[in-house]
Amino acid sequence: MSDYPQILFRNRRPGATAFMSEYAAGGGYQGLRKALSMTPAEVRELVKASGLRGRGGAGFPTGVKWSFFPEERGEKYLLANGDEMEPGTYKDHQLLLADPHQMVEGMVIAAYAMQIPHGYVFLRYAYEECARNVERAIAEAEEKGYLGRDILGSGFGFDLHVHRSAGRYILGEETALINGLEGRRPNPRSKPPFPAQRGLFGKPTNVNNIETYANVPHIVVNGADWYKALARTPEGAGTMLVGLSGHLNRTECVELPMGIPLREVIEQVGGGVRGGRTFKACLPGGASTPFLAASQLDTPLDHVHLEQAGSRLGTAGVTVFDETTCMVAATLNLARFFARESCGWCTPCRDGLQVIVWLLEEIEAGRGHADQIAMLRDQVKNIRGRSFCALAEGAMGPVGALLEHFGDELQDHVKRGRCPFK
Amino acid sequence: MTELLPQHQIDEFRAKAAAVEHPHELIVDVLRAIQSHHGWVPDAGIDLVAEVLGVLPVEIEELATFYDKIFRRPVGKRVIHVCDSICCWANGGEAIVAHLQSSLGIGFGETTGDGIFTLLPTCCLGACGDAPAMMVGLTTHGRLTPARIDAILAQYRAEVAK
Repeated sequence: MSDYPQILFRNRRPGATAFMSEYAAGGGYQGLRKALSMTPAEVRELVKASGLRGRGGAGFPTGVKWSFFPEERGEKYLLANGDEMEPGTYKDHQLLLADPHQMVEGMVIAAYAMQIPHGYVFLRYAYEECARNVERAIAEAEEKGYLGRDILGSGFGFDLHVHRSAGRYILGEETALINGLEGRRPNPRSKPPFPAQRGLFGKPTNVNNIETYANVPHIVVNGADWYKALARTPEGAGTMLVGLSGHLNRTECVELPMGIPLREVIEQVGGGVRGGRTFKACLPGGASTPFLAASQLDTPLDHVHLEQAGSRLGTAGVTVFDETTCMVAATLNLARFFARESCGWCTPCRDGLQVIVWLLEEIEAGRGHADQIAMLRDQVKNIRGRSFCALAEGAMGPVGALLEHFGDELQDHVKRGRCPFK
Repeated sequence: MTELLPQHQIDEFRAKAAAVEHPHELIVDVLRAIQSHHGWVPDAGIDLVAEVLGVLPVEIEELATFYDKIFRRPVGKRVIHVCDSICCWANGGEAIVAHLQSSLGIGFGETTGDGIFTLLPTCCLGACGDAPAMMVGLTTHGRLTPARIDAILAQYRAEVAK
Protein backbone atom coordinates (compact mmCIF):
# COMPACT_ATOMS: atom_id res chain seq x y z
CA MET A 1 0.00 0.00 0.00
CA SER A 2 2.85 2.40 0.75
CA ASP A 3 3.74 2.25 -2.96
CA TYR A 4 0.80 4.47 -3.84
CA PRO A 5 1.28 8.22 -3.31
CA GLN A 6 -0.83 9.34 -0.35
CA ILE A 7 -2.10 12.89 -0.74
CA LEU A 8 -5.58 13.07 0.80
CA PHE A 9 -4.82 10.32 3.33
CA ARG A 10 -1.31 11.52 4.24
CA ASN A 11 -2.43 12.43 7.78
CA ARG A 12 -4.68 9.39 8.22
CA ARG A 13 -4.07 7.39 11.41
CA PRO A 14 -6.23 4.53 12.69
CA GLY A 15 -8.89 5.80 15.08
CA ALA A 16 -7.60 9.40 15.06
CA THR A 17 -8.50 12.69 13.39
CA ALA A 18 -5.88 15.23 12.31
CA PHE A 19 -6.91 18.69 13.51
CA MET A 20 -5.14 22.05 13.17
CA SER A 21 -1.77 21.36 14.81
CA GLU A 22 -1.16 18.21 12.78
CA TYR A 23 -2.64 19.65 9.59
CA ALA A 24 -0.55 22.82 9.83
CA ALA A 25 2.61 20.85 10.62
CA GLY A 26 2.13 18.94 7.35
CA GLY A 27 1.92 22.16 5.32
CA GLY A 28 -1.78 22.83 5.86
CA TYR A 29 -3.16 26.22 4.74
CA GLN A 30 -0.04 26.91 2.63
CA GLY A 31 -2.35 26.41 -0.36
CA LEU A 32 -4.64 29.14 0.91
CA ARG A 33 -1.71 31.54 1.44
CA LYS A 34 -0.50 30.85 -2.09
CA ALA A 35 -4.00 31.17 -3.60
CA LEU A 36 -4.49 34.57 -1.94
CA SER A 37 -1.30 35.78 -3.65
CA MET A 38 -2.82 34.87 -7.02
CA THR A 39 -5.81 36.44 -8.76
CA PRO A 40 -9.13 34.54 -8.56
CA ALA A 41 -8.93 33.93 -12.33
CA GLU A 42 -5.45 32.42 -11.94
CA VAL A 43 -6.74 29.99 -9.30
CA ARG A 44 -9.62 28.94 -11.57
CA GLU A 45 -7.23 28.44 -14.49
CA LEU A 46 -4.89 26.35 -12.34
CA VAL A 47 -7.70 24.05 -11.22
CA LYS A 48 -8.89 23.77 -14.82
CA ALA A 49 -5.36 22.90 -16.01
CA SER A 50 -4.99 20.23 -13.30
CA GLY A 51 -7.70 18.08 -14.89
CA LEU A 52 -9.50 17.63 -11.55
CA ARG A 53 -12.94 16.11 -12.11
CA GLY A 54 -15.77 16.07 -9.58
CA ARG A 55 -15.68 13.16 -7.14
CA GLY A 56 -19.41 13.15 -6.34
CA GLY A 57 -20.46 10.90 -9.20
CA ALA A 58 -20.96 12.97 -12.34
CA GLY A 59 -17.25 13.62 -12.90
CA PHE A 60 -17.65 17.09 -14.38
CA PRO A 61 -14.33 18.99 -14.76
CA THR A 62 -14.15 21.19 -11.65
CA GLY A 63 -12.22 24.11 -13.14
CA VAL A 64 -14.63 24.26 -16.07
CA LYS A 65 -17.58 24.42 -13.65
CA TRP A 66 -15.85 27.24 -11.77
CA SER A 67 -15.13 29.15 -14.99
CA PHE A 68 -18.90 29.40 -15.72
CA PHE A 69 -19.55 30.99 -12.34
CA PRO A 70 -20.56 34.67 -12.28
CA GLU A 71 -17.63 36.81 -11.18
CA GLU A 72 -19.55 39.86 -9.96
CA ARG A 73 -19.37 40.36 -6.21
CA GLY A 74 -22.58 39.87 -4.24
CA GLU A 75 -24.62 37.29 -2.37
CA LYS A 76 -23.38 33.93 -3.65
CA TYR A 77 -23.00 30.53 -2.03
CA LEU A 78 -20.47 27.69 -1.97
CA LEU A 79 -21.82 24.28 -0.97
CA ALA A 80 -20.06 21.02 -0.08
CA ASN A 81 -22.19 18.00 -0.90
CA GLY A 82 -21.69 15.47 1.91
CA ASP A 83 -24.94 13.60 1.48
CA GLU A 84 -22.95 10.49 0.42
CA MET A 85 -25.79 7.99 0.34
CA GLU A 86 -24.92 6.07 -2.82
CA PRO A 87 -24.64 2.44 -1.70
CA GLY A 88 -21.01 1.31 -1.81
CA THR A 89 -19.71 4.83 -1.16
CA TYR A 90 -18.02 5.76 2.11
CA LYS A 91 -14.98 7.78 1.08
CA ASP A 92 -16.13 11.23 2.26
CA HIS A 93 -16.97 9.61 5.59
CA GLN A 94 -13.38 8.33 5.86
CA LEU A 95 -11.92 11.62 4.62
CA LEU A 96 -13.76 13.68 7.26
CA LEU A 97 -12.89 11.20 10.00
CA ALA A 98 -9.19 11.39 9.01
CA ASP A 99 -8.44 14.98 8.04
CA PRO A 100 -11.36 17.48 7.81
CA HIS A 101 -9.21 20.62 7.33
CA GLN A 102 -8.42 19.71 3.72
CA MET A 103 -12.06 20.22 2.73
CA VAL A 104 -12.26 23.47 4.74
CA GLU A 105 -9.09 24.86 3.12
CA GLY A 106 -10.27 23.73 -0.33
CA MET A 107 -13.58 25.49 0.21
CA VAL A 108 -11.91 28.75 1.23
CA ILE A 109 -9.72 28.61 -1.89
CA ALA A 110 -12.76 27.81 -4.07
CA ALA A 111 -14.68 30.67 -2.46
CA TYR A 112 -11.80 33.04 -3.22
CA ALA A 113 -11.56 31.77 -6.82
CA MET A 114 -15.25 32.55 -7.37
CA GLN A 115 -15.50 35.49 -4.89
CA ILE A 116 -18.19 33.78 -2.82
CA PRO A 117 -18.87 35.13 0.70
CA HIS A 118 -20.90 32.28 2.29
CA GLY A 119 -20.58 28.50 2.46
CA TYR A 120 -22.39 25.47 3.84
CA VAL A 121 -21.20 21.92 4.41
CA PHE A 122 -24.20 19.64 3.91
CA LEU A 123 -23.85 16.38 5.84
CA ARG A 124 -26.11 13.35 5.98
CA TYR A 125 -27.85 12.24 9.18
CA ALA A 126 -25.59 9.22 9.70
CA TYR A 127 -22.36 11.31 9.73
CA GLU A 128 -22.69 12.97 13.13
CA GLU A 129 -19.02 12.37 13.95
CA CYS A 130 -18.01 14.03 10.67
CA ALA A 131 -20.27 16.99 11.48
CA ARG A 132 -18.49 17.46 14.82
CA ASN A 133 -15.08 17.18 13.14
CA VAL A 134 -16.01 19.80 10.55
CA GLU A 135 -17.42 22.14 13.22
CA ARG A 136 -14.16 21.86 15.15
CA ALA A 137 -12.09 22.43 11.99
CA ILE A 138 -14.18 25.52 11.17
CA ALA A 139 -13.68 26.91 14.69
CA GLU A 140 -9.93 26.30 14.48
CA ALA A 141 -9.74 27.94 11.04
CA GLU A 142 -11.70 30.97 12.31
CA GLU A 143 -9.29 31.31 15.21
CA LYS A 144 -6.30 31.32 12.85
CA GLY A 145 -7.92 33.85 10.50
CA TYR A 146 -8.39 31.34 7.64
CA LEU A 147 -12.13 31.97 7.78
CA GLY A 148 -13.96 35.18 8.59
CA ARG A 149 -14.26 38.76 7.42
CA ASP A 150 -10.73 39.52 6.29
CA ILE A 151 -8.85 36.28 5.62
CA LEU A 152 -5.10 36.71 6.34
CA GLY A 153 -5.39 40.43 5.66
CA SER A 154 -6.41 39.86 2.03
CA GLY A 155 -9.65 41.80 2.30
CA PHE A 156 -11.52 38.67 1.18
CA GLY A 157 -14.14 37.30 3.57
CA PHE A 158 -15.85 33.90 3.74
CA ASP A 159 -17.98 32.26 6.44
CA LEU A 160 -18.72 28.54 6.62
CA HIS A 161 -21.54 26.62 8.36
CA VAL A 162 -22.57 22.99 8.86
CA HIS A 163 -26.05 21.70 7.95
CA ARG A 164 -27.14 18.34 9.39
CA SER A 165 -29.72 16.62 7.22
CA ALA A 166 -32.36 14.04 8.15
CA GLY A 167 -32.15 11.26 5.57
CA ARG A 168 -33.11 10.46 1.94
CA TYR A 169 -30.74 9.71 -0.96
CA ILE A 170 -32.32 12.34 -3.22
CA LEU A 171 -30.69 15.13 -1.17
CA GLY A 172 -27.42 14.23 -2.93
CA GLU A 173 -28.90 15.63 -6.15
CA GLU A 174 -27.57 19.19 -6.09
CA THR A 175 -30.86 21.04 -6.61
CA ALA A 176 -32.66 18.81 -4.08
CA LEU A 177 -29.80 19.59 -1.69
CA ILE A 178 -30.36 23.31 -2.27
CA ASN A 179 -34.07 22.90 -1.47
CA GLY A 180 -33.07 20.92 1.62
CA LEU A 181 -30.80 23.74 2.81
CA GLU A 182 -33.54 26.31 2.21
CA GLY A 183 -35.99 24.24 4.24
CA ARG A 184 -38.19 23.49 1.23
CA ARG A 185 -39.40 20.01 0.29
CA PRO A 186 -36.29 18.45 -1.27
CA ASN A 187 -37.57 17.49 -4.70
CA PRO A 188 -35.05 18.39 -7.42
CA ARG A 189 -35.52 21.64 -9.33
CA SER A 190 -35.66 21.93 -13.10
CA LYS A 191 -32.45 22.90 -14.86
CA PRO A 192 -31.98 25.47 -16.36
CA PRO A 193 -31.57 27.70 -14.49
CA PHE A 194 -28.47 25.94 -13.19
CA PRO A 195 -27.34 26.59 -9.61
CA ALA A 196 -24.52 28.81 -10.92
CA GLN A 197 -27.23 31.19 -12.14
CA ARG A 198 -29.99 30.69 -9.55
CA GLY A 199 -29.20 28.38 -6.64
CA LEU A 200 -29.51 28.73 -2.89
CA PHE A 201 -32.00 31.49 -2.00
CA GLY A 202 -32.08 32.35 -5.71
CA LYS A 203 -28.41 33.38 -5.73
CA PRO A 204 -25.48 31.99 -7.78
CA THR A 205 -24.34 28.78 -6.07
CA ASN A 206 -21.43 26.40 -6.63
CA VAL A 207 -21.81 22.80 -5.46
CA ASN A 208 -18.92 20.34 -5.28
CA ASN A 209 -18.32 17.06 -3.50
CA ILE A 210 -16.27 16.98 -0.29
CA GLU A 211 -13.35 15.05 -1.82
CA THR A 212 -13.29 17.45 -4.78
CA TYR A 213 -12.67 20.43 -2.47
CA ALA A 214 -10.07 18.44 -0.51
CA ASN A 215 -7.94 18.09 -3.65
CA VAL A 216 -7.76 21.84 -4.28
CA PRO A 217 -5.12 22.89 -1.66
CA HIS A 218 -2.73 20.22 -2.97
CA ILE A 219 -3.18 21.38 -6.56
CA VAL A 220 -2.49 25.01 -5.57
CA VAL A 221 0.66 24.08 -3.62
CA ASN A 222 2.13 21.57 -6.09
CA GLY A 223 0.79 22.68 -9.45
CA ALA A 224 -1.30 21.27 -12.28
CA ASP A 225 1.47 19.17 -13.86
CA TRP A 226 2.26 17.44 -10.56
CA TYR A 227 -1.43 16.65 -10.09
CA LYS A 228 -1.87 15.25 -13.59
CA ALA A 229 1.24 13.10 -13.19
CA LEU A 230 -0.20 11.35 -10.13
CA ALA A 231 -2.53 9.43 -12.46
CA ARG A 232 -1.52 6.21 -14.24
CA THR A 233 -3.25 7.19 -17.47
CA PRO A 234 -3.00 10.40 -19.53
CA GLU A 235 -6.82 10.52 -19.45
CA GLY A 236 -6.87 10.68 -15.64
CA ALA A 237 -5.54 13.23 -13.15
CA GLY A 238 -4.69 12.94 -9.49
CA THR A 239 -5.50 10.29 -6.93
CA MET A 240 -8.95 9.09 -5.83
CA LEU A 241 -10.39 7.64 -2.67
CA VAL A 242 -11.64 4.15 -3.49
CA GLY A 243 -14.08 2.47 -1.11
CA LEU A 244 -13.72 -1.30 -1.39
CA SER A 245 -16.69 -3.45 -0.41
CA GLY A 246 -18.44 -6.73 -1.11
CA HIS A 247 -16.68 -10.08 -1.45
CA LEU A 248 -13.06 -8.95 -1.07
CA ASN A 249 -10.52 -10.00 1.53
CA ARG A 250 -9.74 -6.38 2.30
CA THR A 251 -12.72 -4.00 2.36
CA GLU A 252 -11.20 -0.63 3.21
CA CYS A 253 -11.15 2.86 1.83
CA VAL A 254 -7.81 3.47 0.07
CA GLU A 255 -6.20 6.29 -1.86
CA LEU A 256 -5.12 5.10 -5.32
CA PRO A 257 -3.84 6.76 -8.48
CA MET A 258 -6.52 7.56 -11.05
CA GLY A 259 -6.25 5.11 -13.93
CA ILE A 260 -5.13 2.11 -11.86
CA PRO A 261 -6.37 -1.10 -13.56
CA LEU A 262 -9.39 -2.72 -11.92
CA ARG A 263 -7.48 -6.02 -11.73
CA GLU A 264 -4.77 -4.46 -9.55
CA VAL A 265 -7.42 -2.98 -7.26
CA ILE A 266 -9.20 -6.32 -6.86
CA GLU A 267 -6.23 -8.66 -6.68
CA GLN A 268 -3.55 -6.62 -4.93
CA VAL A 269 -5.17 -3.77 -3.01
CA GLY A 270 -8.31 -5.73 -2.13
CA GLY A 271 -6.37 -8.94 -1.51
CA GLY A 272 -8.45 -10.89 -4.02
CA VAL A 273 -11.91 -12.38 -3.77
CA ARG A 274 -12.77 -13.80 -0.35
CA GLY A 275 -12.62 -17.54 0.29
CA GLY A 276 -10.51 -18.19 -2.82
CA ARG A 277 -13.62 -17.74 -4.97
CA THR A 278 -13.74 -16.29 -8.46
CA PHE A 279 -14.59 -12.71 -9.42
CA LYS A 280 -17.94 -12.49 -11.16
CA ALA A 281 -18.79 -8.79 -11.42
CA CYS A 282 -18.41 -5.45 -9.71
CA LEU A 283 -20.02 -2.07 -9.44
CA PRO A 284 -17.02 0.17 -10.21
CA GLY A 285 -18.37 3.44 -8.82
CA GLY A 286 -21.40 2.98 -6.62
CA ALA A 287 -24.92 1.57 -6.98
CA SER A 288 -25.83 3.61 -10.05
CA THR A 289 -22.89 2.50 -12.20
CA PRO A 290 -23.33 -0.42 -14.64
CA PHE A 291 -21.75 -3.73 -13.57
CA LEU A 292 -18.40 -4.70 -15.07
CA ALA A 293 -17.92 -8.40 -15.86
CA ALA A 294 -14.77 -10.54 -15.43
CA SER A 295 -13.79 -9.92 -19.07
CA GLN A 296 -13.39 -6.19 -18.22
CA LEU A 297 -10.90 -6.55 -15.36
CA ASP A 298 -8.12 -4.81 -17.29
CA THR A 299 -10.08 -1.56 -17.53
CA PRO A 300 -8.20 1.39 -16.04
CA LEU A 301 -10.23 3.18 -13.38
CA ASP A 302 -10.63 6.65 -14.81
CA HIS A 303 -13.64 8.49 -16.22
CA VAL A 304 -12.73 8.02 -19.88
CA HIS A 305 -11.84 4.31 -19.82
CA LEU A 306 -14.84 3.34 -17.68
CA GLU A 307 -17.19 5.15 -20.04
CA GLN A 308 -15.58 3.31 -22.97
CA ALA A 309 -16.26 0.08 -21.04
CA GLY A 310 -19.95 1.00 -20.76
CA SER A 311 -19.86 2.06 -17.13
CA ARG A 312 -18.83 5.08 -15.04
CA LEU A 313 -16.28 5.94 -12.36
CA GLY A 314 -19.10 7.49 -10.28
CA THR A 315 -17.96 7.79 -6.68
CA ALA A 316 -15.21 5.12 -7.05
CA GLY A 317 -16.93 2.80 -4.57
CA VAL A 318 -15.98 -0.65 -5.86
CA THR A 319 -18.39 -3.40 -4.77
CA VAL A 320 -17.28 -6.90 -5.77
CA PHE A 321 -19.48 -9.96 -6.26
CA ASP A 322 -18.12 -13.51 -6.31
CA GLU A 323 -19.21 -16.46 -8.45
CA THR A 324 -21.91 -17.54 -5.96
CA THR A 325 -23.81 -14.25 -6.34
CA CYS A 326 -27.12 -14.25 -8.19
CA MET A 327 -26.92 -11.14 -10.35
CA VAL A 328 -30.72 -10.99 -10.65
CA ALA A 329 -30.99 -10.86 -6.84
CA ALA A 330 -28.19 -8.27 -6.63
CA THR A 331 -29.91 -6.08 -9.23
CA LEU A 332 -33.23 -6.50 -7.41
CA ASN A 333 -31.60 -5.23 -4.20
CA LEU A 334 -30.29 -2.17 -6.09
CA ALA A 335 -33.63 -1.55 -7.80
CA ARG A 336 -35.49 -1.70 -4.46
CA PHE A 337 -33.09 0.91 -3.08
CA PHE A 338 -33.74 3.33 -5.94
CA ALA A 339 -37.52 2.71 -5.89
CA ARG A 340 -37.70 3.43 -2.14
CA GLU A 341 -35.48 6.51 -2.39
CA SER A 342 -37.37 8.01 -5.35
CA CYS A 343 -38.71 11.38 -4.23
CA GLY A 344 -41.95 10.69 -6.13
CA TRP A 345 -41.87 13.86 -8.19
CA CYS A 346 -41.91 12.38 -11.71
CA THR A 347 -43.81 9.39 -13.08
CA PRO A 348 -40.96 7.50 -14.84
CA CYS A 349 -39.11 7.31 -11.52
CA ARG A 350 -41.99 6.99 -9.00
CA ASP A 351 -43.96 4.40 -10.98
CA GLY A 352 -41.37 3.12 -13.47
CA LEU A 353 -38.92 1.89 -10.85
CA GLN A 354 -41.74 -0.03 -9.12
CA VAL A 355 -42.35 -1.89 -12.37
CA ILE A 356 -38.64 -2.76 -12.62
CA VAL A 357 -38.76 -4.07 -9.03
CA TRP A 358 -41.89 -6.14 -9.76
CA LEU A 359 -40.37 -7.72 -12.90
CA LEU A 360 -37.13 -8.60 -11.10
CA GLU A 361 -39.10 -10.01 -8.14
CA GLU A 362 -41.14 -12.22 -10.45
CA ILE A 363 -38.05 -13.52 -12.25
CA GLU A 364 -36.01 -14.02 -9.06
CA ALA A 365 -38.90 -15.88 -7.40
CA GLY A 366 -39.14 -18.25 -10.38
CA ARG A 367 -42.53 -16.95 -11.49
CA GLY A 368 -41.14 -15.04 -14.46
CA HIS A 369 -41.90 -15.63 -18.14
CA ALA A 370 -39.63 -15.02 -21.14
CA ASP A 371 -41.81 -12.09 -22.19
CA GLN A 372 -41.08 -10.46 -18.82
CA ILE A 373 -37.39 -10.28 -19.74
CA ALA A 374 -38.50 -8.42 -22.86
CA MET A 375 -40.70 -6.20 -20.69
CA LEU A 376 -37.70 -5.46 -18.48
CA ARG A 377 -35.75 -4.38 -21.55
CA ASP A 378 -38.65 -2.18 -22.71
CA GLN A 379 -39.10 -0.66 -19.29
CA VAL A 380 -35.41 0.37 -19.16
CA LYS A 381 -35.96 2.14 -22.49
CA ASN A 382 -39.14 3.78 -21.14
CA ILE A 383 -37.32 5.24 -18.15
CA ARG A 384 -34.01 6.28 -19.75
CA GLY A 385 -33.94 9.92 -20.79
CA ARG A 386 -37.44 10.55 -19.44
CA SER A 387 -36.98 11.19 -15.72
CA PHE A 388 -36.79 14.63 -14.10
CA CYS A 389 -33.36 14.09 -12.52
CA ALA A 390 -30.51 11.59 -12.59
CA LEU A 391 -31.90 9.21 -9.92
CA ALA A 392 -33.91 6.96 -12.25
CA GLU A 393 -31.26 7.28 -14.95
CA GLY A 394 -28.69 5.95 -12.46
CA ALA A 395 -31.05 3.18 -11.38
CA MET A 396 -31.07 1.92 -14.96
CA GLY A 397 -27.26 1.50 -14.94
CA PRO A 398 -27.12 -1.89 -13.21
CA VAL A 399 -30.41 -3.09 -14.79
CA GLY A 400 -29.05 -2.34 -18.28
CA ALA A 401 -25.79 -4.14 -17.45
CA LEU A 402 -27.72 -7.15 -16.09
CA LEU A 403 -29.48 -7.45 -19.46
CA GLU A 404 -26.23 -6.93 -21.35
CA HIS A 405 -23.76 -9.11 -19.41
CA PHE A 406 -25.96 -11.58 -17.53
CA GLY A 407 -28.86 -12.20 -19.90
CA ASP A 408 -28.19 -15.94 -19.62
CA GLU A 409 -28.81 -15.77 -15.85
CA LEU A 410 -32.17 -14.11 -16.45
CA GLN A 411 -33.05 -16.85 -19.00
CA ASP A 412 -31.92 -19.53 -16.59
CA HIS A 413 -34.28 -18.27 -13.85
CA VAL A 414 -37.20 -18.37 -16.28
CA LYS A 415 -36.31 -21.80 -17.75
CA ARG A 416 -35.85 -23.51 -14.38
CA GLY A 417 -38.69 -21.66 -12.67
CA ARG A 418 -36.44 -20.91 -9.71
CA CYS A 419 -33.27 -19.04 -8.77
CA PRO A 420 -30.34 -21.26 -9.82
CA PHE A 421 -28.24 -19.90 -6.95
CA LYS A 422 -30.56 -21.04 -4.16
CA MET B 1 -40.05 13.13 27.54
CA THR B 2 -43.40 14.99 27.75
CA GLU B 3 -41.97 18.46 27.07
CA LEU B 4 -41.36 19.09 23.35
CA LEU B 5 -38.34 21.34 23.73
CA PRO B 6 -36.80 23.13 26.74
CA GLN B 7 -37.70 26.83 26.95
CA HIS B 8 -34.09 28.01 26.54
CA GLN B 9 -33.84 26.15 23.22
CA ILE B 10 -37.16 27.62 22.06
CA ASP B 11 -35.82 31.08 22.91
CA GLU B 12 -32.57 30.37 21.05
CA PHE B 13 -34.43 29.30 17.90
CA ARG B 14 -36.70 32.36 18.15
CA ALA B 15 -33.63 34.59 18.29
CA LYS B 16 -32.01 32.79 15.35
CA ALA B 17 -35.22 33.02 13.30
CA ALA B 18 -35.34 36.76 13.92
CA ALA B 19 -31.69 37.14 12.87
CA VAL B 20 -31.77 35.20 9.59
CA GLU B 21 -33.29 36.34 6.32
CA HIS B 22 -34.89 32.95 5.58
CA PRO B 23 -36.30 31.28 8.74
CA HIS B 24 -37.28 28.20 6.66
CA GLU B 25 -33.64 27.13 6.68
CA LEU B 26 -34.00 26.36 10.42
CA ILE B 27 -36.94 23.93 10.03
CA VAL B 28 -34.86 20.75 9.94
CA ASP B 29 -32.74 22.00 12.86
CA VAL B 30 -35.81 22.59 15.05
CA LEU B 31 -37.40 19.28 14.04
CA ARG B 32 -34.19 17.46 14.94
CA ALA B 33 -33.97 19.32 18.25
CA ILE B 34 -37.54 18.35 19.17
CA GLN B 35 -36.90 14.75 18.22
CA SER B 36 -33.66 14.67 20.16
CA HIS B 37 -35.45 15.93 23.29
CA HIS B 38 -38.89 14.35 22.97
CA GLY B 39 -38.01 11.21 21.02
CA TRP B 40 -40.37 11.90 18.11
CA VAL B 41 -42.34 14.76 16.56
CA PRO B 42 -46.07 14.83 17.43
CA ASP B 43 -48.60 17.20 15.82
CA ALA B 44 -47.94 19.68 18.62
CA GLY B 45 -44.26 19.60 17.58
CA ILE B 46 -45.17 20.61 14.02
CA ASP B 47 -47.23 23.50 15.41
CA LEU B 48 -44.38 24.53 17.72
CA VAL B 49 -41.86 24.72 14.85
CA ALA B 50 -44.36 26.74 12.79
CA GLU B 51 -45.00 29.15 15.64
CA VAL B 52 -41.32 29.61 16.60
CA LEU B 53 -40.19 30.21 13.01
CA GLY B 54 -43.30 32.09 11.86
CA VAL B 55 -44.03 29.76 8.94
CA LEU B 56 -47.08 27.66 8.01
CA PRO B 57 -47.58 24.24 9.68
CA VAL B 58 -47.97 22.63 6.24
CA GLU B 59 -44.47 23.81 5.35
CA ILE B 60 -43.17 21.93 8.38
CA GLU B 61 -45.28 18.82 7.75
CA GLU B 62 -44.17 18.46 4.14
CA LEU B 63 -40.58 18.23 5.38
CA ALA B 64 -41.27 16.08 8.43
CA THR B 65 -42.96 13.48 6.23
CA PHE B 66 -40.27 13.63 3.55
CA TYR B 67 -37.21 12.89 5.67
CA ASP B 68 -37.06 9.27 6.81
CA LYS B 69 -35.02 10.13 9.93
CA ILE B 70 -37.80 12.37 11.34
CA PHE B 71 -40.32 10.26 13.25
CA ARG B 72 -43.97 11.32 13.16
CA ARG B 73 -45.07 8.39 15.32
CA PRO B 74 -43.87 7.29 18.76
CA VAL B 75 -40.66 5.27 18.70
CA GLY B 76 -38.65 3.38 21.28
CA LYS B 77 -35.90 4.97 23.35
CA ARG B 78 -33.34 3.63 20.86
CA VAL B 79 -34.14 3.51 17.14
CA ILE B 80 -32.26 0.82 15.21
CA HIS B 81 -31.73 1.50 11.50
CA VAL B 82 -30.41 -1.65 9.86
CA CYS B 83 -28.89 -1.28 6.41
CA ASP B 84 -30.47 -3.29 3.59
CA SER B 85 -28.39 -1.86 0.72
CA ILE B 86 -26.10 -3.77 -1.60
CA CYS B 87 -22.84 -4.13 0.39
CA CYS B 88 -24.63 -5.29 3.53
CA TRP B 89 -26.85 -7.56 1.40
CA ALA B 90 -23.70 -9.10 -0.14
CA ASN B 91 -22.34 -9.77 3.33
CA GLY B 92 -25.28 -11.58 4.87
CA GLY B 93 -27.46 -8.58 5.62
CA GLU B 94 -30.68 -10.58 5.28
CA ALA B 95 -29.56 -12.96 8.06
CA ILE B 96 -28.66 -9.94 10.21
CA VAL B 97 -32.16 -8.51 9.76
CA ALA B 98 -33.68 -11.92 10.58
CA HIS B 99 -31.58 -12.15 13.76
CA LEU B 100 -32.58 -8.64 14.87
CA GLN B 101 -36.26 -9.36 14.25
CA SER B 102 -36.23 -12.68 16.08
CA SER B 103 -34.18 -11.53 19.07
CA LEU B 104 -36.27 -8.34 19.46
CA GLY B 105 -39.49 -10.18 18.62
CA ILE B 106 -40.65 -7.38 16.30
CA GLY B 107 -40.88 -6.62 12.60
CA PHE B 108 -39.90 -3.45 10.74
CA GLY B 109 -41.73 -0.37 11.98
CA GLU B 110 -42.51 -1.94 15.35
CA THR B 111 -41.37 -1.18 18.90
CA THR B 112 -40.49 -3.74 21.56
CA GLY B 113 -43.01 -4.21 24.37
CA ASP B 114 -40.61 -2.67 26.90
CA GLY B 115 -40.47 0.48 24.77
CA ILE B 116 -36.70 0.31 24.32
CA PHE B 117 -36.16 -0.49 20.63
CA THR B 118 -37.81 0.44 17.33
CA LEU B 119 -36.54 -1.41 14.25
CA LEU B 120 -36.41 0.26 10.82
CA PRO B 121 -34.69 -0.56 7.53
CA THR B 122 -32.44 2.10 6.04
CA CYS B 123 -30.46 2.65 2.90
CA CYS B 124 -26.66 2.55 2.93
CA LEU B 125 -25.10 4.04 6.08
CA GLY B 126 -21.71 4.76 4.50
CA ALA B 127 -20.07 1.94 6.43
CA CYS B 128 -19.70 -0.35 3.40
CA GLY B 129 -16.19 -1.50 4.31
CA ASP B 130 -17.57 -2.72 7.65
CA ALA B 131 -20.70 -4.42 6.26
CA PRO B 132 -23.11 -5.60 7.55
CA ALA B 133 -23.95 -2.48 9.55
CA MET B 134 -26.69 -0.83 11.60
CA MET B 135 -27.12 2.53 13.28
CA VAL B 136 -28.54 2.85 16.80
CA GLY B 137 -29.48 6.45 17.52
CA LEU B 138 -26.59 8.31 15.86
CA THR B 139 -23.96 5.60 16.35
CA THR B 140 -23.05 3.18 13.57
CA HIS B 141 -22.03 -0.39 14.37
CA GLY B 142 -20.33 -2.49 11.68
CA ARG B 143 -19.00 -6.00 11.11
CA LEU B 144 -22.18 -7.36 12.68
CA THR B 145 -22.60 -11.00 13.66
CA PRO B 146 -25.47 -12.44 15.68
CA ALA B 147 -23.21 -12.53 18.76
CA ARG B 148 -22.11 -8.93 18.28
CA ILE B 149 -25.71 -7.80 17.84
CA ASP B 150 -26.69 -9.52 21.11
CA ALA B 151 -23.85 -7.74 22.93
CA ILE B 152 -24.77 -4.36 21.41
CA LEU B 153 -28.46 -4.75 22.30
CA ALA B 154 -27.53 -5.75 25.87
CA GLN B 155 -25.35 -2.65 26.16
CA TYR B 156 -28.21 -0.36 25.08
CA ARG B 157 -30.66 -2.11 27.40
CA ALA B 158 -28.27 -1.47 30.29
CA GLU B 159 -27.81 2.17 29.19
CA VAL B 160 -31.58 2.76 29.12
CA ALA B 161 -32.06 1.03 32.49
CA LYS B 162 -29.70 3.54 34.16
